[in-house]
Amino acid sequence: MRLRNRMKLELLSLPGNVRLARIAVAAFASEVDYNVSDLEEIKVAVSEAVSNAITHGYQQKKDGVISLTATLFTDALEIVVQDHGKGIDDLEQAFEPNSSSDPERMGLGFVFMRSFMDKVDVVSEPGQGTTVKLRKKLPDKVQAET
Amino acid sequence: MGLNLKRLGNIMLIEVCGEFDLSAADYCRQEIDQKIRAEGIKDILFDLEKVAFIDSSGLGVILGRYRKAKENGGRMAISNANPRITKILELSGITRLIPVYPTTSQALRFLGRGVG
Ligand SMILES: Nc1ncnc2c1ncn2[C@@H]1O[C@H](COP(=O)(O)OP(=O)(O)OP(=O)(O)O)[C@@H](O)[C@H]1O
Ligand SMILES: [Mg+2]
Repeated sequence: MRLRNRMKLELLSLPGNVRLARIAVAAFASEVDYNVSDLEEIKVAVSEAVSNAITHGYQQKKDGVISLTATLFTDALEIVVQDHGKGIDDLEQAFEPNSSSDPERMGLGFVFMRSFMDKVDVVSEPGQGTTVKLRKKLPDKVQAET
Repeated sequence: MGLNLKRLGNIMLIEVCGEFDLSAADYCRQEIDQKIRAEGIKDILFDLEKVAFIDSSGLGVILGRYRKAKENGGRMAISNANPRITKILELSGITRLIPVYPTTSQALRFLGRGVG
């Protein structure tokens, strides 16, 4: 599992940066031959993690800092989204779909992350912040070449 | 992101264009609710033909409008979603609540009245 490439971005917690984050990661990941539907899934997963950092982590505060790191290993793409916001009290509950009490939300963020990526790890400390690590295997062909 | 709101008889036709994510959600929600209130319309059709990207924030806007329409005795349908968007609609469970049609005319037929 050698390191191939890495990108690191720092974003303010502004809604417009959700788009920037997913496009940057998709551009970074296009170095390997993911197909269109893989790239689309990666974009949704990144959108979910960054949107959560903005809406839940920083609760719409506009001066929070979100760090986004994307790393290409020889066998996988790894994306880490970290905020220093509110944190999550109950991770089990956060993973439940439809757990949201907000009628405008379906509680789908983690559901999408988990169905579109091969692995999702969340580390969170109330009052300290949340780190979401997303992992997706590289397309088979690329793995064979490296 | 662009938003087009058109009244077709008793139906509010909502066309969302571009990327339907967190940065579009609040604006869409406000514009749609205001127009629906002003026009006194109950039934809603979301035309997703021009949506290039959607995530849970966009889906939340659709779900929220569905819940409000239902409270007011209205109905809702979705039309014209491309295969990628359709896949996300299915995964989200929205398709179990809101009927999805391949074309706008089929959706309008479902919503029935008021196209004249
Ligand atoms: N970065 C974060 N900081 C604090 N809380 C978070 C964070 N990410 C997720 N959560 C908590 O986990 C819950 C579930 O997140 P998830 O994205 O699955 O659903 P949601 O954001 O509530 O709804 P949706 O994603 O459909 O808009 C959130 O409601 C929130 O309480
Ligand atoms: Mg979310």
